Amino acid sequence: MSTLEVKGLSTHFFTRAGVVKAVEDVSFSVGRGKVMGLVGESGSGKTVTGFSIIGLVDAPGRIVSGEILFKGRNLVGMGEAALRELRGNRIAMIFQDPMMTLNPVLRVDTQMIETVQAHQKVDRETARQRARDALGMVGIPSPDERLKSYPHQFSGGMRQRVAIAIALLHQPDLIIADEPTTALDVTIQGQILAEVQKLAANTGTSLIWITHDLSVVAGLADDIAVMYAGRIVEQGSVDQVLDVPFHPYTHGLIGSVPSRNKRGVPLRQIPGTTPSLMSLPPGCAFKTRCERADAACETMPGLAEIAPGRFARCVHPHIEILPA
Amino acid sequence: MALYLLRRLMQSGFVLVAMSLLVFLGVYAVGDPIEILISPDADQIEKERAIRALGLDLPLWQQYLVFVGKALQGDLGRSFVFNEPAIQLILQRMPATLELAFGSMFLSILIGLPLGLYAGLRPNRALSKGIMAGSILGFSLPTFWVGLMLIMVFAVQLGWLPSTGRGDTALLFGIPWSFLTLDGLSHILLPAINLSLFKISLVIRLTRAGVRETMLMDYVKFARAKGLSPFRVTFVHVFKNIMIPVVTVVGLELGGTIAFSVVTESVFAWPGMGKLIIDSINVLDRPVIVAYLMMIVLMFIIINLAVDILYTVLDPRVRLEAKA
Repeated sequence: MSTLEVKGLSTHFFTRAGVVKAVEDVSFSVGRGKVMGLVGESGSGKTVTGFSIIGLVDAPGRIVSGEILFKGRNLVGMGEAALRELRGNRIAMIFQDPMMTLNPVLRVDTQMIETVQAHQKVDRETARQRARDALGMVGIPSPDERLKSYPHQFSGGMRQRVAIAIALLHQPDLIIADEPTTALDVTIQGQILAEVQKLAANTGTSLIWITHDLSVVAGLADDIAVMYAGRIVEQGSVDQVLDVPFHPYTHGLIGSVPSRNKRGVPLRQIPGTTPSLMSLPPGCAFKTRCERADAACETMPGLAEIAPGRFARCVHPHIEILPA
Repeated sequence: MALYLLRRLMQSGFVLVAMSLLVFLGVYAVGDPIEILISPDADQIEKERAIRALGLDLPLWQQYLVFVGKALQGDLGRSFVFNEPAIQLILQRMPATLELAFGSMFLSILIGLPLGLYAGLRPNRALSKGIMAGSILGFSLPTFWVGLMLIMVFAVQLGWLPSTGRGDTALLFGIPWSFLTLDGLSHILLPAINLSLFKISLVIRLTRAGVRETMLMDYVKFARAKGLSPFRVTFVHVFKNIMIPVVTVVGLELGGTIAFSVVTESVFAWPGMGKLIIDSINVLDRPVIVAYLMMIVLMFIIINLAVDILYTVLDPRVRLEAKA
């Protein structure tokens, strides 16, 4: 059984200006110990997908349909108390901006011990030891002293390590990491990626790694789902999708990554901008920016299996580059 | 910290000197007390004797130097009217004002914080909107009118509470206090409510704004993602962050209340400092006015220092440093 199976998830925001369909008909699954890369531009719905899984979609948003099966239990419609029991315990989340995720007026030990005690009846001293061990595990030097520090006494990279340590406290089955390395230096980014990869492999924790950075996903993920305007447009194993992208959007995304062997050649760009989720045109959401778009794109294509294990939501996929 | 305090002390000294100059000049400009103090029938010789006795024959700068010289020895002059040391007159009336001010402060926090918290956490409920509308009333209704209405309703029509005076007092540290006896408490209740109405509104609005702002912070969402109970999220993570603006404003308000609760003290015939200063201004009792204002300046200096020190307790990022 997969650790997580998302089926037909739709999360909408009911604002005064209209309904924002932030996530529409999203399905994927993550196996035990596997890393799933969720890729897309800002506003493509990847973060909302993460919050939907952990049950933290705030009003005016709510999950309108779909199932989120976590180890076989459906999280959609589950009571708040039961969800809270899972949060931080079996499902943990790491946020994008480490400068903002720790409460500035509470000491690190307070913020870690409360997490331990929220899910286990242990005394303060035991909880403190667990916290110290977790800090040591993510590579924070002299964790005993650092526990007594306030967040502003840490650098950004160190704060993200603290956040990761908090996520690891209960050895969760699933960690949702929402662009956790975007705000960090490249060197720190590399360290944290390596750290997380090691931890996931050692503990069998599944990961959903939300990012817009394809190079991060390439080195980390087993599978990848590319989101555009709230929907998954392409899905498959990371090597296959990055080597042979079917969907024109994925194609454009990969083409716009600078690389050494393309030096001197102008970078390809995807023309235009992402459409407003409030007024999506009928049919394929990418058609206005797509060179392959024609009349057939006026109806929304389904997510079709184009090659074994390879899904794309496109009428005109790039199958000509498929190796024979 | 010690250096900071030293620096603050020196600044305070300058403020006191500047204030004494201003006050002295201001009081001099208000009018000539001789016209009021000495009966119109008194002859010229009698008049001149009185002027010399009060030290009013000297030029202004000499009067000021005499005042400063005596003030440095702790003597702020004798009241023209009561022929008692001004400082003693003020100190006699201070406990009444202090207990009224602290009583109203206590009420404003006791009532304002929970209401503001509720309005901030459930902004769309009808009750929250009612609280906010009520706070606008609290802001805009004139104090004297509310005082009169309170007397009309609770003292005259319902007859529940007395409308004037301090009632029975009990001694503590040799000072009579009303709040230590049941009768005294019943006397202090109406004026304290009257005085606290504005402050309740202020605390409500500050708390609500703080809660609404803090609830959107990443660290609150992260706290929820850790699986903490809503109680802990609200009363530890949110609460500690909103206390900073509340403490600032409440501190300043406390000073204002002690110094200028004239209206309420007049309406409820509360024998405090406010009534003393108004009477003194009416008869141009210069030493009392000057001594009073000097004491108020001193009090504001102390309150501001206390608020600054409280900051460091509430917000670990604040460090009191000698640098300006």
